[in-house]
Amino acid sequence: MFGLLGKKVGMSQIFAEDGNLVAVTIIQAGPCAVTQMKTKERDGYAAVQLGFEDKKRNVAKPLRGHFKRSGVTPKRHLREFSLPDSPQLNEGGEVKADIIKEGELVDVGGVTKGRGFAGVVRRYRFGGGPASHGHTSHRRVGSIGQCAFPSEVWKGQGMPGQMGRVARTVQNVKVVKVDGERNLLFVRGSIPGPNGGLVVVRKAVKGPGKALKGKS
Amino acid sequence: MNIIDVLEKEQLRTDVPPFSVGDTVRVHMKVIEGGRERTQVFEGIVIARKGKAISETFTVRKVTFGVGVERVFPLHSPRLQEIEVVTQGKVRRAKLYYLRGKIGKKSRVKVRKESRGPEAAPSE
Repeated sequence: MFGLLGKKVGMSQIFAEDGNLVAVTIIQAGPCAVTQMKTKERDGYAAVQLGFEDKKRNVAKPLRGHFKRSGVTPKRHLREFSLPDSPQLNEGGEVKADIIKEGELVDVGGVTKGRGFAGVVRRYRFGGGPASHGHTSHRRVGSIGQCAFPSEVWKGQGMPGQMGRVARTVQNVKVVKVDGERNLLFVRGSIPGPNGGLVVVRKAVKGPGKALKGKS
Repeated sequence: MNIIDVLEKEQLRTDVPPFSVGDTVRVHMKVIEGGRERTQVFEGIVIARKGKAISETFTVRKVTFGVGVERVFPLHSPRLQEIEVVTQGKVRRAKLYYLRGKIGKKSRVKVRKESRGPEAAPSE
């Protein structure tokens, strides 16, 4: 397993084999087209480039040539996945959700929902000031530091600004179920991004932590 | 149709009998205890039905030794073996949470004389 591109469909619940109701996010993972194989000899590293979702209009000419070389229809999303060992993949081939096994741990990356320019109460869960009794500082930042020492604002001080719409990856997400026919992945819990957003499913980098080891 | 609705529909149980809030039911549930499987029965009044499709649950309340016990069951759980409808209740509310504050005679639910019949009851 190296990775897949997919679309977040939405959340639901399913009954696990032991009868427990599990909250899952459904991912439409693939089918992805292999648009390019990168080899150590030619490119200096081994990787596979996958394309996901057809793009009919407004494909730039250089890109069109790129897709033509591997013989696939133009795709909207392209991502590279490193390949330590070379599995049997050919340019122009297809990768489906069934390369992921049930029970496997994956990392799911996406772009979180954008919340725009958010204040500090929403963005950092600050308490804000009192609502009444003559107070005027209701949802403001308050103090951002001391005086003569440190004579500066410490790094990491929460202030208003853009919230969300940043790339985030959730690690060690358990794949509860795989629907090979419909290319659907059911992963436990929530993943970043809105419904319909692009997500990248990769093999878990860290794997199960100490607490989980042996249990799986 | 939305793909999530399709997926949820596939998992729904078709053998759930029609019952509604106020009914007295006997719920047979599979319990796995130390590798062994046995059936546990929980009988009481249905005080709530919540959610829809695969997430639908119902709450059963009974009073044992003066202590109120409530259990929430997922309606489509594979662990449920059987739901027996013992009596049908006559209630005017969708949630019978008021029963929690009542004891003795006041905590009863009137029994419906004539059956609702399978068509009239909320079916799944």
